[in-house]
Amino acid sequence: MTDLIPAEYIDLIVKGSYFLAAFLFIFGLKRMSSPATARGGIVWAGAAMVLATLVTFMYPAMHNYMLMIIAIALASVMAWWTGKKVAMTEIPQMIALYNGMGGGAAAAIAAQELLGGNVHGLTFLVLAVAGGLIGAVSFSGSLIAFAKLQGILRKPLRFPGQQIFNLLFFVATVVSGMALLSEEYSSFNMIIIFFILALAFGVLMTLPIGGADMPVVISLYNALTGLAVAFEGFVLNNAAMIIAGTVVGSAGTLLTQLMARAMNRSISNVLFSGFGETAVEGGDIVGSLKPIEAPDAAIMMAYAEKVLVVPGYGMAVAQAQHKIWEFSKKLIERGVKVYFAIHPVAGRMPGHMNVLLAEAGVPYDLIFDLDEINNEFTTTDVSLVIGANDVVNPVARTDPSSPIYGMPILDADKSKNVIVIKRGQGAGFSGIENALFYGDNTRMLYGDAQDAGSKLIAGLKGL
Amino acid sequence: MIDGFIALYIFMLAAFTGYEVIGRVPVILHTPLMSGSNFIHGIVLVGAMVTLGHADTTLEQVIGFIGVFLGAGNAVGGYVVTERMLEMFKTSKKEQVDD
Repeated sequence: MTDLIPAEYIDLIVKGSYFLAAFLFIFGLKRMSSPATARGGIVWAGAAMVLATLVTFMYPAMHNYMLMIIAIALASVMAWWTGKKVAMTEIPQMIALYNGMGGGAAAAIAAQELLGGNVHGLTFLVLAVAGGLIGAVSFSGSLIAFAKLQGILRKPLRFPGQQIFNLLFFVATVVSGMALLSEEYSSFNMIIIFFILALAFGVLMTLPIGGADMPVVISLYNALTGLAVAFEGFVLNNAAMIIAGTVVGSAGTLLTQLMARAMNRSISNVLFSGFGETAVEGGDIVGSLKPIEAPDAAIMMAYAEKVLVVPGYGMAVAQAQHKIWEFSKKLIERGVKVYFAIHPVAGRMPGHMNVLLAEAGVPYDLIFDLDEINNEFTTTDVSLVIGANDVVNPVARTDPSSPIYGMPILDADKSKNVIVIKRGQGAGFSGIENALFYGDNTRMLYGDAQDAGSKLIAGLKGL
Repeated sequence: MIDGFIALYIFMLAAFTGYEVIGRVPVILHTPLMSGSNFIHGIVLVGAMVTLGHADTTLEQVIGFIGVFLGAGNAVGGYVVTERMLEMFKTSKKEQVDD
């Protein structure tokens, strides 16, 4: 292919295509930030990726084409298949997995450039080593995050002095990386040691972090991978990698901050402290749990003016979103105003619940964020809480001794009536008793969320 | 060759771009957007291809192969998952026409 076209044209085609790809990535990302245009955004970005990949085959003086094609074909088939098969509830861990692969690719580029002695000049050496470090940490860290969310690793691993140990380990990794900067100390063995340390550090750093904080960690690794890609882009003199990597690095950092804020956690808090170990006994909650039967609950909502549905991850686990939407549609047909109130951490990560509801067919203009809808509860006749717990616990507003104190919550307790669909009488994810369940205006509808949904629908039939 | 300071300018401008593009995004899109940005750094694939393209020893070929494999997985997996999520977002107006 390269013989037919003069070299300068090839250079122009490759660089021009990379430019176009960089533009389309930013354009696509912009479109992805609004629900109406989001679908088009990913398609444009996808086209840019195909273009960039194809023109790279024209890159001058390359060989190993067969290996390249085999690697791409193998990975594409596997990623396509797993991406299509995975259930929507498991999306977060798949993002972690694919992100880790990107970090690993950046680390592989760094390893090869360093081993081949292709990197010259201190600036480029620093960038190659830094990109390799970040990429390797993102790779192994993301794999641990994947294993945790997938349920392969169940308990956070913590031991005394862990933070000091991790800090020393990190220093050792950085020192071995710095050795690679000078010709005197750099060697084949040193490069290998550096990458082993970096990979191990990613594991050590992620192991103590609990499952509830994983979304923030995945988002952080996503930003880090972007940065690693940008650094390796500088080393390879590849503008598309620099721009795409940097854009993701900064967008990912902002996204990480937004997520952490939504969960009322600071990023340093997530990384350096354990949460969820101290399952504090909730203060003294007065009142009792008052059960309700499904037909009565259905009647209550059928004659309400406004119903707010507050779904939690429990609903998604029970796969009840379809039933709940069916029930909601029936209410809407009767003239009841039904909206969905979503807490940022209602799913596994901010926005995850929106995806799960969208999968069930709930239109996004019926779905509202915490900020948008929290004032509406006071004028709501019935709040239907399904499989949500901590995110509606008024203790977060009232009890300074509670671990979730200060976390923004949905004020379901302020609505005229609350119906809580719940499997049993246990406490929430954080192990904290929920004052909402004991409120005078709260009725408990016990049972599996899907089953309860069916009974609610049946309850509407006779009306 | 991208010269030192030019590179720094590109880095700065791209960083601001990323920040601004995401700045006012609704929470509803956080997960798809994270997935979408995850897809975009799949561009690492082209770098991995170039590196493999210049690999000579067996060790280099092995590392290069792993790099391309991982990069392609990032790009393809990221795309599939993001597209699946975004495909599902509908408004109620549109839906009444569909049903």
